[in-house]
Amino acid sequence: MLNNGQGASLGVRAGRMPMFMARIYRRLSATGPYFTLLGLVLWVGTWWLLCEVFSVPRFEKMPGPVVVLSELFSPQPFLGVSVFTEEYYAHMWASCRRIFFAFCIATGVGVPLGLFMGWSRKFRDYTFPILEILRPIPILAWVPLAILMFKGFESPVIFLATLASLYVSTLNTLLGVDSIDESYFRAAGCLGSKPHHIFWHVVVPGALPFMFTGLQISIGVAWFSLVAAEMVSGDWGLGYLIVDAYMNNVTVPMVIGMITLGFVGWFTSVLVRIVGDRMMQWRTRALAMENR
Amino acid sequence: MAASVAVNQSTAPGAAAKGAVSIRNVTKVYDPEGVNVMAVDDCSMEIAAGEVCMVVGPSGCGKTTLLNAIAGFHSITAGEIHLDGELLCGPDKPLAEQGADRVVVFQNGALFPWKTLRDNVAYGPLVRGQLSKRDALDKAAQMLADVGLAEFAEKYPGEVSSGMARRAEIVRALINDPKVLLLDEPYRAMDELTKSIMHEALLEMYDRTRVTMFFITHDLEEAIFLGDRVVVMTTRPCRTKKIVDVNIPRPRDYHLLSSEAFRLLVEEASEAVHEEALKAFTAGERELA
Ligand SMILES: Nc1ncnc2c1ncn2[C@@H]1O[C@H](COP(=O)(O)OP(=O)(O)OP(=O)(O)O)[C@@H](O)[C@H]1O
Ligand SMILES: [Mg+2]
Repeated sequence: MLNNGQGASLGVRAGRMPMFMARIYRRLSATGPYFTLLGLVLWVGTWWLLCEVFSVPRFEKMPGPVVVLSELFSPQPFLGVSVFTEEYYAHMWASCRRIFFAFCIATGVGVPLGLFMGWSRKFRDYTFPILEILRPIPILAWVPLAILMFKGFESPVIFLATLASLYVSTLNTLLGVDSIDESYFRAAGCLGSKPHHIFWHVVVPGALPFMFTGLQISIGVAWFSLVAAEMVSGDWGLGYLIVDAYMNNVTVPMVIGMITLGFVGWFTSVLVRIVGDRMMQWRTRALAMENR
Repeated sequence: MAASVAVNQSTAPGAAAKGAVSIRNVTKVYDPEGVNVMAVDDCSMEIAAGEVCMVVGPSGCGKTTLLNAIAGFHSITAGEIHLDGELLCGPDKPLAEQGADRVVVFQNGALFPWKTLRDNVAYGPLVRGQLSKRDALDKAAQMLADVGLAEFAEKYPGEVSSGMARRAEIVRALINDPKVLLLDEPYRAMDELTKSIMHEALLEMYDRTRVTMFFITHDLEEAIFLGDRVVVMTTRPCRTKKIVDVNIPRPRDYHLLSSEAFRLLVEEASEAVHEEALKAFTAGERELA
């Protein structure tokens, strides 16, 4: 009953196939994935041509895709890390764990902060200037202070990633509240809402679309500053892997670290988007109606 | 369920009518950065309980301003507004309190897009603690079914046509059993065909509830087809220019549109409106020059 609209539009071509078959059928018959594949091939091809075939100046130092991929998938990696070594996963795990904590703290603090700032004029007047002054300070400038303030390797790194991600989630949530059409507040008001009803039934759901766009950016920013922090302070993590390879003058693990970062970062932002789509069924369904 | 029966009885035709709005010498001056804009000037109007009062006037003359003052969205500068003898806003209290006795239906629609039609309709009774969650949802479902939206109750506003959304919005207002329904050009963006269906649905709802309506529109045929009275406003600052009484018995249906009496009333109103529109136009040109 709930999925009537979607079910019907799928059923048009896929006849009486079960739901999951229909979904696979539609995935395969869409042109999108083929273009993505083509794009990937073009991109890796260019890299290969630049580095390994023609060794264009400035690119001769950079390892080509063949070298990198054969190292990445080799059971006995020449330079230390591949998908068959525990070390590789330990680095990945260290970074992911830090991102998890940083993102949770930043969301847990930033989203309520943004909601209240958007909701209450007074609260915004108190907090907004401080936020605006702190925000332009680059995360890297916080590194020395963070190392002094926090003990060990973990906490300063998590602190830095949290900080970067906090600004983005707060500001986007605030923007989300500002984006809510005045008429929804008025409608809620004339239906007899008290302020807390308006907060839960208008402010929070109305801010969700901007908020989730913000969270997707914020998790990207968290990765960005995490790696910067790991490069300065750390013993594990993908940022550390890259800088460690640099210290040892080997380029292949460096590139492996970079590629891994790209994939893991992408995966986390997709996760955020999926959660967002789940929480905003109203939007997902309306967009689906417009065939987007 | 018991509550819904009670409500239906109290609003049945012949029940004690409620929702008389009295607008007395209301003036509203907007003051953005010291530039005074007088939107409404000494406007008076009496709307009887259970009456459908249609308000027409040139664009920008101050109709929405008047409606917002009744709803409590903004203050008035002078004058007073009463509802059933009780003061809504006046000299000592320029801003009326917002309340579910005066529900607004907005020009662009303001169903919460993040709630299903049923949750939207149940919202009012729920937040006012008037019904339990279960009763509110039951009653919402039933009222939606009454206007032919039973199978769309679980849809989100973004999934239904604008006509259905507008109908659901009126249901969302009526479930609160308001004294006055304030409608600000609810059918403006609709095509003629949808509009005519909307009109019939609205008339049907009115025949059931007899709720007082303050209905702003630009469409004279709509005004005369729906209204008991058509109030033509002057160009800004807004005052009443002319009142056209529509003495056509209810229930009305679409055959009315081709009748001679209807045509004469439209002509009468349109003369007054045209005169004001022309004034507004030349005033606008003078401002530009
Ligand atoms: N918040 C405001 N600040 C300053 N001036 C305003 C404000 N709101 C409305 N006005 C002015 O008051 C006048 C009346 O506006 P209002 O919206 O009430 O007109 P209206 O009759 O509803 O027009 P329309 O038919 O176009 O909806 C307009 O000239 C408008 O520019
Ligand atoms: Mg208006």
